[in-house]
Amino acid sequence: MADVLAFAEQRDGRIRGAAREAVSLAARLAGDLGGSAHALALGAPGMADDAGALGAVGAAVVHVGQHDALGGYNPDAYAPVVAERIRSGGYAAVIFPATTQGKDLAPRVAALLDVPLATDATEVTVADGALRIVRPVYSGKAFATISLEATPALVSIRPNVFQPEEQAGAGTVERFEPAVDPSAFKVSVVEQKSAGDDALDVAEATIIVSGGRGMKGPENWGLLEGLRDAIGDGVALGASRAVVDAGWRPHGEQVGQTGKTVAPKLYVAIGISGAIQHLAGMRTSQTIVAINKDPDAPIFNVADYGIVGDLFDVVPRLTEEVATLKSQG
Amino acid sequence: MDVIVCVKRVPDTETRIKISADGTSIDPTGVKYILSPYDEFAVEAALRTTEAAGSGEVTLVTLGDDAAQESLRAGLAMGADRAVLLEGETSMDGLATAKALAAEVGGADAPLVLLGVKAADDDQQQVGPMLGALLDRACVTGVTSFEMGDGTVRCHREVEGGVEVVDATLPAVLTITKGTYEPRYASLKGIMAAKRKPLEKKAAEAVAHRIAVSSMAPPPERPAGRIVGEGPDAVPELVRLLREEANAL
Ligand SMILES: Cc1cc2nc3c(=O)[nH]c(=O)nc-3n(C[C@H](O)[C@H](O)[C@H](O)COP(=O)(O)OP(=O)(O)OC[C@H]3O[C@@H](n4cnc5c(N)ncnc54)[C@H](O)[C@@H]3O)c2cc1C
Ligand SMILES: Nc1ncnc2c1ncn2[C@@H]1O[C@H](COP(=O)(O)O)[C@@H](O)[C@H]1O
Repeated sequence: MADVLAFAEQRDGRIRGAAREAVSLAARLAGDLGGSAHALALGAPGMADDAGALGAVGAAVVHVGQHDALGGYNPDAYAPVVAERIRSGGYAAVIFPATTQGKDLAPRVAALLDVPLATDATEVTVADGALRIVRPVYSGKAFATISLEATPALVSIRPNVFQPEEQAGAGTVERFEPAVDPSAFKVSVVEQKSAGDDALDVAEATIIVSGGRGMKGPENWGLLEGLRDAIGDGVALGASRAVVDAGWRPHGEQVGQTGKTVAPKLYVAIGISGAIQHLAGMRTSQTIVAINKDPDAPIFNVADYGIVGDLFDVVPRLTEEVATLKSQG
Repeated sequence: MDVIVCVKRVPDTETRIKISADGTSIDPTGVKYILSPYDEFAVEAALRTTEAAGSGEVTLVTLGDDAAQESLRAGLAMGADRAVLLEGETSMDGLATAKALAAEVGGADAPLVLLGVKAADDDQQQVGPMLGALLDRACVTGVTSFEMGDGTVRCHREVEGGVEVVDATLPAVLTITKGTYEPRYASLKGIMAAKRKPLEKKAAEAVAHRIAVSSMAPPPERPAGRIVGEGPDAVPELVRLLREEANAL
């Protein structure tokens, strides 16, 4: 059998954008392998009505597993159900989004199935009937091309790298009720705090406005918030480690080797020098803009577009121009 | 309360990576090796745990070759009590690593096993949760801080868009990320003492490695960027390029 399964992550009852990326890749791989793409979404009863929309990115079948204990992510609830579905479906490959949830879940499933796992892939193709996977190693200082010598091939994919492709035709939704025994859970979620109502996580954003030590102090972040708001939806703030270590910004915003790895459509580095550990976290961004007063700052080596200048002059002007552009539609 | 920390020797994050002649690995010439940064956080967390409890030992375990002793000594110099070197092959297949580690830590009765959230070489971010699953223990990933409770450990972890508090029953496996555990520097005294601390070597359990690396390459070159201009006057041109050329706005 050459079907490919994609794990369709949901949070707060909604399918994540990363799920569409995984499903779309699964559809492409299944096409090349001569099978079809399936998606698997887990949630509380009644949640996953929009799961059917995964058909629009290529899922022939959307399996929706519902149970009270599956509403929020708990690895003890999810991992056995996912492993069981993979076993019974006889898939050739399984794609997970390499989000926080996916990176927690996929290794457990791999261990339960006793198969190896490739994390954070940036390229997946089919060669000679098997997956050929490219993934960054050494913090993105090298890329390894690998193959998995086991079936199913388990791969998690870096968010924002694989663009979902809309397809004609809708998938069928198949609901099932997995057996879940909460009394056997070894971990329980006691509390969840979100960083703010509309604060988008830097790892999920399509555009990131990121500030470094050149910002001089936390009181100046209004500048970056202004730019973020002018650009519109899907924009998150990021930060260098220097800024996080100084306590100007929370660690959740840190981009780089000891922070998050991001690959947005647009990364704007403002007052960031471009140390190798920072580049590790953002060099696979599609477009990089750097604003820095030092023309020799290493960030300009990876930036597609740079402006040499004082950020306190350049950023307000940028916000103004972007706002004008957006108002023209 | 005893704590086990799984640590790995990796190239210094400052090191320039060169691909070796065989095209499937990195050239180790001139590369400085260190204890993986997240593993340092884990060692720090372990030390603080036994210090707070006023009892218990911190044991370091690594899978690797003889050279990995150097990283074990670095952890011992921070204050860990003893170390175990499992002599065996390492590869990108984290499940193989997890199996070798499980054979060692499964037998010990340390209620807490700590790992880094990822090793700074293969970046697979998988050994911890795989180990948890193999041992059928509670496992929490991406922990920024934790507090011991009565038969449980309360973990704080970062998730997309916020933070989460998770209780895990002991024995538990935790992967540690950057948070409150800024690693201490080894004192000269610590470095001297580390030389005399017990370091046991044994053969690792033989397991299959099932990830084949067919090639390794430097990152794809980003097409040469350009300086659009100097100062605020360059902004309109930047915005035009972002809209029309890069299609990014
Ligand atoms: C193990 C390890 C892990 C690390 N992990 C990370 C990580 O995850 N993420 C990370 O970011 N770093 C990380 N670092 C730290 C990294 O090496 C750098 O120290 C850090 O990225 C520097 O942050 P910065 O660019 O904000 O500050 P700086 O290097 O101080 O750069 C500030 C920049 O702002 C510019 N500037 C100053 N004033 C202005 C102005 N008015 N207008 C315009 N430009 C101005 C300067 O020219 C300079 O280029 C790590 C280091 C180590 C050793
Ligand atoms: N060879 C090894 N020996 C001991 N621990 C390891 C080894 N490889 C990985 N680990 C542990 O697993 C964590 C995650 O590694 P990885 O899954 O490879 O990114 C590391 O931070 C270590 O704590």
